[in-house]
Amino acid sequence: MASESIPPAVTVVPPLSIHDLTVAYQRKPVIWDIDYVAPAGKLVAIVGPNGAGKSTLINAALELIPRASGQVRFFGEPYQKQRHRVGYVPQRESVDWDFPVSALDVVVMGLYRKVGWCLPVLPRHRKTALAALARVGMADYAHRQIRRLSGGQQQRVFLARALVQDADLYLMDEPFTGVDAATERAIVEILRELRALGKTALVVHHDLQTVTEYFDEVILLNMRLVATGSVESVFTTDNLRKTYGGRLMLLENTDRIVGKGTSG
Amino acid sequence: MFTEIQHGLSAWGSFDTWIVITAALAAMACALPGVFLVLRQQSMMGDALSHTVLPGIVLAFLMSYGLRNAEWISPSTQLATLPLFLFGGAVVLGVVSAMLTEFVQRLGHVESSAALGVVFTSLFAFGLLLIRLKADSVHIDPDCVLYGNVETVKLGVAGVPRATAMVGSLLVVNLTLVLLFYKELTISAFDPSLATTLGIRARIMHYALMATTAATLVAAFESVGSILVITMLVAPAATASLLTDRLPIRLVVTLAIAFITALVGHAMALTLPALVFSRLGFPEIKDASTAGMMAVVAGMLFILAMFFAPRHGMISKGLGQTRLAFRLACHDQLRALYQAERKTSLGATVEATAWTKTQGFILHYLATWSLILSQQIARTAKGHKLTSRGKRAIEQIITNVSDDTST
Repeated sequence: MASESIPPAVTVVPPLSIHDLTVAYQRKPVIWDIDYVAPAGKLVAIVGPNGAGKSTLINAALELIPRASGQVRFFGEPYQKQRHRVGYVPQRESVDWDFPVSALDVVVMGLYRKVGWCLPVLPRHRKTALAALARVGMADYAHRQIRRLSGGQQQRVFLARALVQDADLYLMDEPFTGVDAATERAIVEILRELRALGKTALVVHHDLQTVTEYFDEVILLNMRLVATGSVESVFTTDNLRKTYGGRLMLLENTDRIVGKGTSG
Repeated sequence: MFTEIQHGLSAWGSFDTWIVITAALAAMACALPGVFLVLRQQSMMGDALSHTVLPGIVLAFLMSYGLRNAEWISPSTQLATLPLFLFGGAVVLGVVSAMLTEFVQRLGHVESSAALGVVFTSLFAFGLLLIRLKADSVHIDPDCVLYGNVETVKLGVAGVPRATAMVGSLLVVNLTLVLLFYKELTISAFDPSLATTLGIRARIMHYALMATTAATLVAAFESVGSILVITMLVAPAATASLLTDRLPIRLVVTLAIAFITALVGHAMALTLPALVFSRLGFPEIKDASTAGMMAVVAGMLFILAMFFAPRHGMISKGLGQTRLAFRLACHDQLRALYQAERKTSLGATVEATAWTKTQGFILHYLATWSLILSQQIARTAKGHKLTSRGKRAIEQIITNVSDDTST
């Protein structure tokens, strides 16, 4: 595992540290007292039942929704100062896919910050975007209107858009939901490439079966933090039971899920 | 009929040209923010804003005259700056109504269109109340503020009517804004959360769009009237959305549609009364409202696009379906002949009636003829038989189908 090869005693500023974060919708708390420090260079799964506040955690960290209390630091500084080092992949359903843009146009949007206010997109920006599309195996679909892409292809366009941001920390909201096997493989491959470059990714993940295979660390969340840490130490039947309560219909399978080796 | 059209258009003078130019400039100026309203699925916002700006205009009006009465500014300065005051009032109210709508939506837990409905009626009522309260101290004529008329364009300085110059500059301003903020407008309409994480605050862009729309409404209202403005805000953009899948092209097409609408609308206003109403027995109707006719043309263009649009039109969709059904009918006939030939050792022919029942008669008939013409089947005394070309075709289809199902 990657954790064994990291040199000791190097004090790295954590890519993300959350202190005492609480978010409420209409005075009803959605997530409570979250304290978390993300390790650098790891793939982290955010796991929990529906309504556990997984997306809320990401959105609150990125200041997309107001916080009731708490502090979030990116690379030791407030988000405004480190924006450029943080990439975000929203849920696929969050946008209107009938929008009159091509796959390439969407990827170029990831570069808008680099292009700058009021300035036009230049050929070199398009080249960067095209390269990112090629990395996710979508070069042939660059000029297709986005409605005419399959769900998995749309997700890969989102991933390419995150790649062009060239961030050091990625926050991804359910990238694996509703995608085909080829796309799932492509995403995992990209995630591993990112990790190899020393980047960190926090990924909201639904499929418990693949957690041990795809991820190094896990955040078990059900409004409060249930457990965080390496997959080996934290992703246990006991913790899953605590996270999902009676709702874990898969409980009979958890031994298999948890024990399914951590070689991935 | 042609003489009547000719007669109608023979009266066309420089005055008509100015009407068309003014209406076209106004239409294009309104259509630009309209493209983004349609993209954001907020087409009704334009309608609502046309009402919510009223209190802003009245307050700005009162403030302007208040300054004059307090002798802070001279009467001539006051008159010169009045349009700026009115713009300011409209812009402020545009942002205020967007904010209030969000506020009501969040606080009342209602959907955005319900919140909009509450906000725009209240603000409009507040505006009317202000007019009533202050009507004595200052003369405000809401008609002159809100309801201009394109048919009354008057010649202004240097031969260019004031209204034309007004909507012309409006178009230039809106075009500049759209070109400058194209990226920012696009991304905050498509993916507001990504925009916000990139440092382009989607909410601010939304307010900016509302402010621009409000200012456009006020400027264009005064020049060409409310009917034309509200039509042009949404109709050309909606028509263009059926015709194109790329945003830059959509912007150009929208402008073109706005222009055509203005031109055709006025021409029809001149010719239609003579053409239609005199024949229906109403010779006294000699004229039609230009703005109203432009609204009719805008609606007609939308309906045309709905039917004839290349990809999203009903006819193209229907044709696609029919073409598919036709191809399947051809395949069915070839397959039926092929299977029949393999059954009967003699091979030869099959009764044509054997497979008419499975398909519509017309489709079957057309398929048969197209197969005969392309020499894939041939007529015989008792029916039809496959030619060697038809045999190759069906064998290829059968192998392809089995390939498709295996993957």
